[in-house]
Amino acid sequence: MDNLGNIGTTEEQIELMDVATNFCRDKSPMDKVRALIDDDLGYDPDVWKEIGELGWLAIAIPEAHDGVGLSMAEVVPIAEQMGRNLMSTPFGTTTLAAQALLAGGSEAQQAAWLPKIAAGCAVTLALSEDSGDWDLSNIACTGKQDGDQLVLSGKKQLVRWADSAELIIASVKVDGDVRFALIERSALADSALRRESIIDETARSFEVTLDGVTIPADALFDASRTRETIEKIELTAGLIYAAEMCGGSQAVIDYTLEYLKTRKQFDKIIGSFQALKHPTVDNYVEYEKARTHLYSAAYSWGEQGRGEVAVRMAAAQAHSSYSRAADRSIQFHGGFGFTHDCDAQLHRRKAIFDGALIGDAAYQRSKLAGLLFD
Amino acid sequence: MADKPDKPSAAELKEFGDAADAWFKENTVRDPGFMLPLTFMEVSTDQQFDFLRDWQRKVYEAGFLGASWPKEYGGGGMHSEYQRVATRAMKKHDAPIMLNAIGNGWAGPLILDLGSEEQKQTYIKGMLTAEDIWCQGFSEPEHGSDLGNAQLKAVKEGDEYVLNGSKIWTSLGDRAKYMILLARTDFEAENKYKGLSFFLNPMKIDGISTSRIKKLTGEYGFVQTFFSDARISADCLFGGEGNGWSMAMKTLEYERGAKVKPVGGYFVKELDVMQIVELAKNSMRNGKPLLDDPVMRDKMTQYMIDIQALNLNNTRRRMPQLMQDKPMGLPLMNKLARTELIRELTEFSLGFQGTKAGYYVGDENAVDDGYWHRSYLNSFSATIGGGTSEIQRNIVAEHALGLPKTR
Repeated sequence: MDNLGNIGTTEEQIELMDVATNFCRDKSPMDKVRALIDDDLGYDPDVWKEIGELGWLAIAIPEAHDGVGLSMAEVVPIAEQMGRNLMSTPFGTTTLAAQALLAGGSEAQQAAWLPKIAAGCAVTLALSEDSGDWDLSNIACTGKQDGDQLVLSGKKQLVRWADSAELIIASVKVDGDVRFALIERSALADSALRRESIIDETARSFEVTLDGVTIPADALFDASRTRETIEKIELTAGLIYAAEMCGGSQAVIDYTLEYLKTRKQFDKIIGSFQALKHPTVDNYVEYEKARTHLYSAAYSWGEQGRGEVAVRMAAAQAHSSYSRAADRSIQFHGGFGFTHDCDAQLHRRKAIFDGALIGDAAYQRSKLAGLLFD
Repeated sequence: MADKPDKPSAAELKEFGDAADAWFKENTVRDPGFMLPLTFMEVSTDQQFDFLRDWQRKVYEAGFLGASWPKEYGGGGMHSEYQRVATRAMKKHDAPIMLNAIGNGWAGPLILDLGSEEQKQTYIKGMLTAEDIWCQGFSEPEHGSDLGNAQLKAVKEGDEYVLNGSKIWTSLGDRAKYMILLARTDFEAENKYKGLSFFLNPMKIDGISTSRIKKLTGEYGFVQTFFSDARISADCLFGGEGNGWSMAMKTLEYERGAKVKPVGGYFVKELDVMQIVELAKNSMRNGKPLLDDPVMRDKMTQYMIDIQALNLNNTRRRMPQLMQDKPMGLPLMNKLARTELIRELTEFSLGFQGTKAGYYVGDENAVDDGYWHRSYLNSFSATIGGGTSEIQRNIVAEHALGLPKTR
């Protein structure tokens, strides 16, 4: 089977891992994560500004567009540490949107937006609809040409950080074909956004009503590059969320271990009971497998064939390991585990949300099976 | 040990790799006309034993085993990259296993690590040539997972120790010249561990006898060893009296691959995942290819994810930059994860076979001569031997995750 990848690291990746480990730990302590749950914006604008100043949004943008010129491989350790510390910001959506622009945007569109993104401007994507289908081409929203305008209609769901984004890249059907439309935030009335109630309370998401929104007719990605844009979005999102979930798995396992090492029952530290320690080891093994797949996916990024297998393996394993580790964390915390105060639920909810965004472990496996066996 | 040899250039390595490739292509015998053991624990007949002993010597003499062990004791004295390349060629040609696992995999690294000059001169070359077969005497009939409670008695009399008791599950015990032996020298010690000592014990002496044990597969492969007033020289003591437990733990580290001085080759055939995929592709369910069945398809995919992760873990283990958080985690979990996966996967493969899952080795209707059934049943040797999976979970929990001891 020659579409199985290898594992390796780059110097820049490891440097960024060190910096991100400290930054995310310092800037996203748990009391702050908790406070931001009740905040409208949902993230700290100062931290977001710092992320821009650190150049993290520029990592995988080419130097020609004021980027650093590295690849998604170097974004992985950052997303991993953000997930580990439940640091929620528009980082993931903005990075994803930049990659979408690189895959499908015209030279003018790239020149207009990539330097802004590299400098710290938030951008997002509007892909999901009421069908709930993970297939990005199964959409109903439309764009109709009217002179030099395109009139949009329909509703987009789960548009993360839409209130902060200066640009929304939305998938719509134009003359029956899937196209990607660039909607500047200024083209949307405030009433077009409805904040959604989502399972991950650390994130922010909106339903966006496109009815009546008009954009210039040329504010579309190249029609010939729709397929590769969809592929790029799927794989980039798979990689970013695999990284976040991997970091989250690590955090929730450490959180569980901390409890198992301190809580006493029957005069014994409960971590000495095999009924708790053995499943915790099993969950840890699954996490390490997820991390191995994650850095393999980073290493294989961009390789034809191998790249997709590696990303889907990483996404499948990260989602199953994060879900399981967080589920057991709730259980092993006993009565406290059932409370909103226990951090285990933050992770359990985030695992559900991330799976909903990119396709859960079973979905990733069904895609993988085709790549591996057919 | 001598200074480390220089790291080879890519060209030097390629030349060596090409030579190894050509040699294994030329010399590998995959079907000698009888069933070859998949692991060193399954060597049953004289025919199998003689074949594998000859094979190991041949590989050693060609320079593809022990290539990175010190030259002065019989090794090749080369950089470990050379051995890695040779082992890769061995795998590529699906060559038979190396027979002398306890010698090369456990006793050898221990002796090279902590032994005296004389011990290195005495033992290393013979284990590389497979002239001297080694076995392991840790488990006892009443003390398996509770290894620290081993009771085989070693009483010092003059410059000898007198041994009494029994060891069990001794792979190659009836063929071995030496045994690494865990015995109790002090019954008054402050705890059970401190009463233990470690010996490089000769097997072919008066007072030591073995009795074969039939395995669940129906084959032979291991023995119970009886010690009845067996007298060995006090020089056989290794690591000092009362240090048996720490010596045994060290050998288990080599066994689990946590601390590797790679002699090269392999003692256990790795499961070839492509073989299982092929088996699945050639199997039918309700008149359709088995892999069209969504349940089987999903399970097989998950196993592919698992196998790929464990294979890549072997590379990741050598990358400290990806091992910072819990550095002992990957090395200590390796045995648990790998052996349990092989057990699950071989069991899964039986389900592909439909009615044919009812056949066993020896019947002409058996799929692949019963290979899958035999592999599944034998897989327990690895989930039980060398510390059961349950003990492995305790080890990972306590030594990698920092959880308290169970006792």
